[in-house]
Amino acid sequence: MRLNLRQGHRVRVIPMTYEKRFDGRAFDEMRPIEAKAGIIKRAHGSGWFKIGNTEAYAAVYGPREMFPRFMQNPKKGVLRVHYNMMPFSSAGDRVRPGPSRRSKEISHVTQKALLPVVDLGEFSNAVVDVFIELPQTDAGTRCAGICAASIALADAGIPMKDMVCAISAGRVDDKMLVDLNYEEDSHENGVDIPIAMLHNSKKISLIQMDGELSSDDLKKAVEMVKKACDEIFEVQKQALKKKFEIGN
Amino acid sequence: MYEELRNQVISLLSKQARLDGRKPHEYREIKIETGVSKNAEGSAKVKIGDTEVIAGVKLEVMKPYPDTPDNGSMMVNVELCPMSSPEFETGPPDIFAIELARITDRAIRESKTLDTKKLCITPGEKVWMVVIDVCTLNDAGNLYDAIYLAAMAAMKDAVFPAFDGEKLDYKNKTKEKLPLSRVPVSVTVFKYGDHILVDPMNEEEKAFDARLTVGVLENGNLCSLQKGGDTAVVADDIFRMVDLAKQKSQELRKHL
Amino acid sequence: MGEIQVKDKEVVVPGETLATGMDFLPSYGTYREGDKILASRLGLVTIEGKVIKLVPLSGVYHPKRGDTIIGHVTEILLSGWRIDTNSAYSAVLNMKDATSEFIARGADLTKYFEIGDCMMVKIINVTSQNLVDLTMKGPGLRKLRGGRILSVNANKVPRIIGKQGSMVSMIKQYTNCRILVGQNGIVWIQGEDPAQELLAVQTIKKIEREAHIPGLTDNIKGFLEKNRGPNAPQPQARPQSEGDTNDL
Repeated sequence: MRLNLRQGHRVRVIPMTYEKRFDGRAFDEMRPIEAKAGIIKRAHGSGWFKIGNTEAYAAVYGPREMFPRFMQNPKKGVLRVHYNMMPFSSAGDRVRPGPSRRSKEISHVTQKALLPVVDLGEFSNAVVDVFIELPQTDAGTRCAGICAASIALADAGIPMKDMVCAISAGRVDDKMLVDLNYEEDSHENGVDIPIAMLHNSKKISLIQMDGELSSDDLKKAVEMVKKACDEIFEVQKQALKKKFEIGN
Repeated sequence: MYEELRNQVISLLSKQARLDGRKPHEYREIKIETGVSKNAEGSAKVKIGDTEVIAGVKLEVMKPYPDTPDNGSMMVNVELCPMSSPEFETGPPDIFAIELARITDRAIRESKTLDTKKLCITPGEKVWMVVIDVCTLNDAGNLYDAIYLAAMAAMKDAVFPAFDGEKLDYKNKTKEKLPLSRVPVSVTVFKYGDHILVDPMNEEEKAFDARLTVGVLENGNLCSLQKGGDTAVVADDIFRMVDLAKQKSQELRKHL
Repeated sequence: MGEIQVKDKEVVVPGETLATGMDFLPSYGTYREGDKILASRLGLVTIEGKVIKLVPLSGVYHPKRGDTIIGHVTEILLSGWRIDTNSAYSAVLNMKDATSEFIARGADLTKYFEIGDCMMVKIINVTSQNLVDLTMKGPGLRKLRGGRILSVNANKVPRIIGKQGSMVSMIKQYTNCRILVGQNGIVWIQGEDPAQELLAVQTIKKIEREAHIPGLTDNIKGFLEKNRGPNAPQPQARPQSEGDTNDL
């Protein structure tokens, strides 16, 4: 038994086996996904990625001149990522505007998740800025942000070997599952493992975890993410192609 | 610095024309969509042409200010997201963001649109605080009016979350709306030489002489004013700009 | 046996498989990974015999020696001007490359060019560190007075100009505007009549949007015919004056 403060005063008795997901999905089923490219007109490239009730915008500016100058790299361009939750986006209290420890860390790991695919060799001293904004969240924000950013970078014409697809896998009680929503993510006996994967090589560019997990379950999680990434790639691909269709 | 651009805008205005083919007093297409962010108590996305902003209302319970023990309060905050323009930077709000927030705040506050007495839960102890955050998605000019419309539309969309006297339950929304008594509309008029226009695009915003944001009530009375720009204007110009704002406010109000 | 996985002139995304087997050769915008050829950026597939390459659809302009571009002054330097090139790299226009006039040491350089002034210039050098030098000595290179500036996707510039300048000539004929197109995606337009100037702007934006769609010339001609208005003069071949040459 536990008291879930976010849920008000209801006390939920947690069964030891998770029979059916809170929102009725199959265990290997993601929430509905939608994506668009080129929605922010002033940016060089942009993407929008919605998974369930989590929604991320990403915009890319650059390569452009980098300030402050001491941060320039004379060998290649710099990739800079800013992740931000809009103040009204969270299920609980208002998120105070401005960077927090959490948003700084997520910006950092998102940058590391995207870096392996982008080739900024010809952009010495310049910067490519990626801005991620979330107007609405229901867990999985860093993964949604990475998926949106990947669309935005491709749309901006940045040389890129591959798309990055990201989704969380995890465990609730005894069940392994993919794409945790907020209820599952905040479950007492649950584990959340956000993973970003390069679509072709299935190499992992981001992995984090909190909770207790066996290494066998980790293997299962990675397998689930591999399958989900193929679906995500399809959505990203169609979003980008659609932007260039006649009449768009 | 933008002398060439200014001359061009003026020369077009003298022919009743604009850079994008609009008439001087013509807005771009306006679209308002409410309920766009599920976790906010109220939300709205506003598009004016390619300009796009999103506003969300969060309701909090707080201790009232000592000088107004039986009044709730409100606050407007504007985030100029660096995503929405190459000119916006990360970091704390700059003076442009602060001015935009204050202009929007003033039109709503000073019109007494929000009945703050009705936001009182227990005098001296608990009152509602209405926080309106507006984030920009794309700046294609005239954030002034887009931000105002989004803030107002989000407030009209907002409902109270369940509150049992002790704890707020954000997951549980009631049907009760915010106590809004009137619908002020804010219109920003820009002046170039002897000409005035509304709803500037990015280029036009670079080169204006003066700017006046006017809060207009349903009955045609004014509830707020803010002049901007580097040049002084004669009183008659202010009156002319106010008249145009009043006229355009009727058009904008239809969208709310 | 190798096989092409995409259609010629299809929009493809980073990481998309373009061909399998060893029969095809990867060229610009593509790379080989095992027995596959993959896209390394967003672009339009072009298959020429055994060679597969991509034509970029987006991306910020990258300064190239010999390019004629339109820039504007951002800073007055000790012995010249800093020019924004609509790219990640600003350029320097040195006094000696700006005019054949003798400029005395310490002269007021704003007498020649002020901050904000637009000019058609040529890139004479780009170093390995992307330092860019410009000249204004050459046919058609000059300060641009009046008119309006339009910023377009630099990748579409060849289509806006057309073969031997055919596309831009057609727009000039229909709209009676003077038009200069910089390789960096900055376009300068000057017309007598606001409506015609606007038509020129709209036409160029249409080309920018539809450059990758077949039948471009006919579509644009149709658009100009339809929108030029009843009172507009018949299209006429304008005599080319110096500086009107856009004949890049």
